[in-house]
Amino acid sequence: MWRRQSFETLKKPPQVHYKNQTDLSAWRKGRRTDPEKSVQSHQSPNDQEHDSEQDSLEEALSYFEQVQARVSLKKNNVLQKHLTTVESIALQRGLPPEGFDVLLKVALSGKLADTVNTRLLKSLVPASVIPETSVVSAVSWLCVSKCSGNIQLLFLRWLITMFDFIDHKEELHALYGFFFSFLQDEKMCPYVCHLLYLLTRKESVKPFRIRRLLDLQVKMGMQSHLQALLSLYKLFCPELVTITLPGKMKTYFKNSEGPWKAAINTVRRRNQANSPVFQTLLLGTGQPQSRKRKWNTQLMIPASSTNRNNLEEDREKNCVKLYSRDESFPVEQLQTFSQLLQNIHHLEFPSQMGSVLTNPLLLHYMNCIKDESVYLRLYYWMGQTLQEECTWCVADNNQYEEEFKDFLETVYKTECFLQEGFSSCEEFLYKSLPLWNGVCCRSQVLRLVSWIPLSSFSEMKSHFYDPLVQLFFTSSLYFKCSVIESLKELLQNWLNRHMIHLDSESDSQVHSLNTTLSGLVNMVAELIHFVGWISTVALHLENNHTFLLYFILDFYETVCDIYLRYNLPLLIMPPPGVFYPALLSMDSVNLNQLCYIMYRYRTNLVAAKENEQSKKQMLQFKFSSQTYQEYNQFIIAMVGCLWTSSAFQKDTHPQGLRMDDELLKKTTVKEFKTSFNIVNHPAMMGYAVRFLQQAWPDDTTFNFSLIKGRKWDWYLEYLYSQGLKGLKVFIESSINRVSQASHSKAENVQV
Amino acid sequence: IFPPPQHNADPQKTAFLLRKQWTLYSVTPLYGFSNARLKHYARLLSAFIAAEKQKGLAVEVGVELDIKVAVSTIPDLKGSDRDQDAILVQLSLRSPASPKNSEEKLVWSGCFCCVSGDHLSENLPEDFTCLPLFLANGAERYTSIVGSWFQKTFDCCFRRLAISPLNLSWMAAMWTGCQVDKTTSAMELVFSAPCLPYPLDISYAIHPEDAKALWDTVQKTPGEITQEEVDVFMDCLYSHFHRHFKIHLSATKLVKVSTAIASAHCEGIIKFLQSKYLSGVLMLLTELAISQIQ
Repeated sequence: MWRRQSFETLKKPPQVHYKNQTDLSAWRKGRRTDPEKSVQSHQSPNDQEHDSEQDSLEEALSYFEQVQARVSLKKNNVLQKHLTTVESIALQRGLPPEGFDVLLKVALSGKLADTVNTRLLKSLVPASVIPETSVVSAVSWLCVSKCSGNIQLLFLRWLITMFDFIDHKEELHALYGFFFSFLQDEKMCPYVCHLLYLLTRKESVKPFRIRRLLDLQVKMGMQSHLQALLSLYKLFCPELVTITLPGKMKTYFKNSEGPWKAAINTVRRRNQANSPVFQTLLLGTGQPQSRKRKWNTQLMIPASSTNRNNLEEDREKNCVKLYSRDESFPVEQLQTFSQLLQNIHHLEFPSQMGSVLTNPLLLHYMNCIKDESVYLRLYYWMGQTLQEECTWCVADNNQYEEEFKDFLETVYKTECFLQEGFSSCEEFLYKSLPLWNGVCCRSQVLRLVSWIPLSSFSEMKSHFYDPLVQLFFTSSLYFKCSVIESLKELLQNWLNRHMIHLDSESDSQVHSLNTTLSGLVNMVAELIHFVGWISTVALHLENNHTFLLYFILDFYETVCDIYLRYNLPLLIMPPPGVFYPALLSMDSVNLNQLCYIMYRYRTNLVAAKENEQSKKQMLQFKFSSQTYQEYNQFIIAMVGCLWTSSAFQKDTHPQGLRMDDELLKKTTVKEFKTSFNIVNHPAMMGYAVRFLQQAWPDDTTFNFSLIKGRKWDWYLEYLYSQGLKGLKVFIESSINRVSQASHSKAENVQV
Repeated sequence: IFPPPQHNADPQKTAFLLRKQWTLYSVTPLYGFSNARLKHYARLLSAFIAAEKQKGLAVEVGVELDIKVAVSTIPDLKGSDRDQDAILVQLSLRSPASPKNSEEKLVWSGCFCCVSGDHLSENLPEDFTCLPLFLANGAERYTSIVGSWFQKTFDCCFRRLAISPLNLSWMAAMWTGCQVDKTTSAMELVFSAPCLPYPLDISYAIHPEDAKALWDTVQKTPGEITQEEVDVFMDCLYSHFHRHFKIHLSATKLVKVSTAIASAHCEGIIKFLQSKYLSGVLMLLTELAISQIQ
């Protein structure tokens, strides 16, 4: 590394360079690293250009190293040349770590004119890092005050802007007192405050410093930079000082990135991978309050702030803990996931638990720390907030509906994040649903419904199902659809919860839930029966509306797969009030969905039967023969309706389609026998027409009876190609085609 | 209904509660509160109040400020030993003229208590302190500052404790049946007629001995009250009123009950008048506060 050696011959402090080894080589990327080889060999023009830049920068640096006092810029071409070199390289690529010591020294020593010093300071943009030692020596130059006030200010602003680029800060911290003494300078005070703000640690906060700042406050009045520093002091030592920030504050420090902003961005873009993240101000002013509300309003989700309440107590008790409290990581500083991982062993929950709702990192933390107190604090806060702010339970609250909506939304998102419902939310729903009009915050309330935890049915019935039913039957079609959708999600959440518990069965937490498998089965069954019942009634009320049917069948898509997908020994068939409207639906989407559902029922039942035969242990949860019987009745009706054209003859279900021929003749429908099959079914007729058009483009008679034999098979292929996948799996699994030629001989398979 | 105090409470220690108007709040369990650190809390709270009053200016903790805060326990204010000690917070104004020696003027007091409400704390971890009933006397501004500080510091929630007409009628019945040494003031019930363009309050005053006589005919078992008895008692009063004024009080809302024991307003304001029955009334209010929390 010849360059390092050449620099070391010029300058003294060697320790910096070892630290920056990697940075230097990164900066010199593209240059050969072998000192033996000649400079010119094997280089691209680009590299050569860099090299010449490199050399001229070196020349410039050594010039500034040795420059004599008071060289005039105007008269001195050499100075002009070197200054321009430094500027152009700095603003494009940034300066190497070694450059800072020389340039800071010359800029702050007052040797040259202020215009030169200013230009030099403005070009101090790092390519990688700034060595701490160069900053420390610059501060010592600052203390001897050889340079003008403007340069001092510019240097401070530079230091603030470049703070995150300084490679180490230990020695800089040791200079805290020096910086602090600059506070008395009125012009420097705002910048010094900012710098101190960046440097302050808990141990920097001392009673005498607080008193000094309070004196300044008395002298200068309310100043945002003093407020910021004092707030930080309060954060670290609330037992020494306190301050309430006015609500409207936005910025505490004027934008100090100043002249370096563009250059930093350029350089940052160049080495994006390892650019330091700028420290963000961690003071939260209270969130902007939309309007004046009661002091004890809880709708404002509190900002995360450290719980300092126990600090002094520990000190008083002088107890030795596993970790020192002083090391604990303030939640205000928690910004990234990696910070969370690094500090997870000494992170504290905020003083107000409600603040975790808006802090995903703390939610992660909450997920790993299963602390009862944490949940209790959240439980009380959320329970009180929901009750107090509920817009339909509390008079005069209706003007705050938007805020309450947002709050419910946040709660719902948190539940999704944690994958569990809050009991305070459940209680709120039980208390408020009987008073709900079904309009206020509708989608939010219905979403929260999907996270109701499993509880015993008697409670669910009186608190939840009964009030919901009243609203359900009296509200619009869309409300009905939304309710069914929420209940589907509720069912899925319960089933997922059960799956997780199956996985962690050895955990003691499972038993704390106090739900036995049969209890769970009963609760899930009650929910499914409840939905079956309201669906039947709703289809009556809404005249078998396709849209509603879609949501209902969507629910049954989960139900039919419970045994296989969720490992729960439960299979419940849809009630005939749902099955027949779907089977006779005018819409192919519904019919296709029903086919898929019946296919999954079959798969689940077959698997259950196999399991029963192979191992006898699960006998207590054997599906009753009634389930098989119901399935078989439905499958006969379906096959009759879609395949064998015998729906009116073979259907054995008491609420089914079976009709006497006499009665059918009275309808005066000519070919009633074939009016229900895969061609003539009202939901399929559209496909049949399109198929005929494609197969016999010249025939306009639409003779459906042409579709038979091989055409029947083609027609099937056509249907499958139209996306009727449910129909496909149903026919392939449930219809045993004895002869490819004669579809009428096909038989349904019963399980 | 009013069990005798289970321990020897000193009436002097709780006399400050009498004959003053208290605003009622329910408070969820305080997290991380310790009786051993009351002095520390007082210092922090006093600086917090100063900082709140002059927003934007920092205040050093521990220096003499114009508002003095005292935080203390009142061990006499509880129903049983399982209840937490009540906490009294007092704000007094130092006279600015001679801060050292002049007397301080009490401007605000707040009292956290729990009288026979130990079932709230039954399954709670140790780091929670259950003092579900909070009473405040003084300017609302101070209530808001002190309340905010407690909310922030101990992660608790304050809610105004309104008293429903049903509970007010219970109070009317219960307090009617209480023995008072010298009967001076009349029992007064205030009703408010709803849905009127102008407020209409109806005050119904009854001689306490008449009310007691009526209650004695209604109550079947001494020491025990049922909802039915309360309903009968109120219905009798209503029909008596209707006989004279042809107004159905049952169609109005009961907003205030005043007796020699205490007076209570539906908005959650109470005035204790009898030291003997203080803990009994507080017990009822504790019960109401707990039901609002749970």
